[in-house]
Amino acid sequence: MEEIIKEVVIGEQEEYVINMGPQHPSTHGVLRLVVSLKGEIVKNVEPHIGYIHRGIEKMCESITYTQIIHLTDRMDYLSAMMNNEAVCLAVEKALEVEIPDRIKIIRTIMSELSRIQSHQLFWASFGMDLGGQTCFFYGLRDREKVLDIFEETTGGRMIVSYNCPGGLMYDIHPNFRKRVKEFIKYFRGVLWEYDAILTGNVIFRERSIGIGTLSLEDAISYGITGPSGRASGFSCDIRKHEPYSAYDRVQFNEVLYNEGDTYHRYLARIEEMRESMSIIDQLIDNIPEGPYFVKMKPVIKLPEGEYFQRVETARGELDVFIISDGNKNPYRVKFRSPNFVNLGVLNHITKDFKIADLIAIAGSLDFVIPDIDR
Amino acid sequence: MKYEEFKDNESLELLRESGSNVLLTTIDDVINWGRKSSLWPLTFATSCCGIEMMQTGAPRHDFARFGMEVYRASPRQADVIVIAGTIVNKMAPVLKRLYDQMSEPKYVVAMGACAISGGPFFLNSYSVVKGVEHIIPVDVYVPGCPPRPEALLYGMLQLQRLIETENIKSRKERTAKNDSE
Repeated sequence: MEEIIKEVVIGEQEEYVINMGPQHPSTHGVLRLVVSLKGEIVKNVEPHIGYIHRGIEKMCESITYTQIIHLTDRMDYLSAMMNNEAVCLAVEKALEVEIPDRIKIIRTIMSELSRIQSHQLFWASFGMDLGGQTCFFYGLRDREKVLDIFEETTGGRMIVSYNCPGGLMYDIHPNFRKRVKEFIKYFRGVLWEYDAILTGNVIFRERSIGIGTLSLEDAISYGITGPSGRASGFSCDIRKHEPYSAYDRVQFNEVLYNEGDTYHRYLARIEEMRESMSIIDQLIDNIPEGPYFVKMKPVIKLPEGEYFQRVETARGELDVFIISDGNKNPYRVKFRSPNFVNLGVLNHITKDFKIADLIAIAGSLDFVIPDIDR
Repeated sequence: MKYEEFKDNESLELLRESGSNVLLTTIDDVINWGRKSSLWPLTFATSCCGIEMMQTGAPRHDFARFGMEVYRASPRQADVIVIAGTIVNKMAPVLKRLYDQMSEPKYVVAMGACAISGGPFFLNSYSVVKGVEHIIPVDVYVPGCPPRPEALLYGMLQLQRLIETENIKSRKERTAKNDSE
């Protein structure tokens, strides 16, 4: 009897290929995955990228350093603040500009707010990928409150272009401290809902625990950074190891797990939101008075040489590498984007899981496609 | 008043009043009311504008008030494609195919500077399509980088006004124009 059933199942004997994307709601954009299946089991995943390749690195070679800021916003649009910060820090390092504490602290607070809203969106879309429509509404409801704070100070909701070489574009709004404190108080109060809806949900746990396990050795050899790497026990938080801005004066824990499965990649992000709130708590009352920018030359020219800066975005480590030949335009700019590197591991960890788990695993790596293609 | 003549929103109402058969206009009104009240968008987002489109469907702005909440993943079930984000050369044939797969009547909203003209990537970029109207016909342009959810809502309401003024003749012309392209 069993033999007959085996013959009937289509594709059980040989691999067949299905095409997922570029227009597919679960790839979070225009990522195209060519999936080889044996029955329902994923045997090979081949990502095809370039459907949103805009040539940002090449464009950087023909514009000035201040203008590059506006392009970095549009790479990883959910970590726009951190992307801006990376270029600013690289330029400031090259020019050896001393940045006042006020700017450093405001940058840190803004980065952490950015991290919170990015993880809120992750939570919303990850829940929706696994069939929980409620997550979408809860997550985006809270995200609006962070966007309000951004809007009041910077004028933009998510494409903010707030940092610029030498400081900030504008001073913080008089209401800034009050609004941030209100938000932290509100969000501490509702974060238990996130746990109640997804973290403790039996269906969610069944679908995520033990799925897509990434070992520590593989995480290091594939270079997986950010919450995804830390869920495998890879201590890779740039904020701890190479503190920039005001991270050297705050106390926070690096969220580390050893399991490395989909569930713990999710959990790492939830815990990071708590850590981010504690960082903001420590800084929000200590913003010193002073100028919000350091006077720079109208046209910034970097001295000849190579400059490098690492920052921790919401998805991992973003590296900026600038080669300057002394002109107002860089000779070459290279971004090491966290999403591109994290995409590389997808084939490795989805092998021999069901195709439905591919959605969960890809969702837990939290891709932003324009950051992959740049 | 001819359909081609109006360019601004004010003359849309004039166009409706400018006379036609009573029976036909009544039928048109009913059809148009049905169409404009259940515009189903395609889940199609390439970059930043997609997040604002999600935000428009989220609790504060709530797309659903205007009958647009049903995001369809398949182009065959969608009425309107909101082009949210940059279209690059590699994506252009895919977008054209998506548009062709949609069934009539179909509408296009170009959301954001990238979809309208290439936006911040207009100069210097070797791979960005400088405006989606080079590939598919656009009904409503929503400017911004990215547009606020309110702006997208306004754009979608403009699309509803556009649909309100349709009649059998203009619909036929529109379909013929799409087919010939």
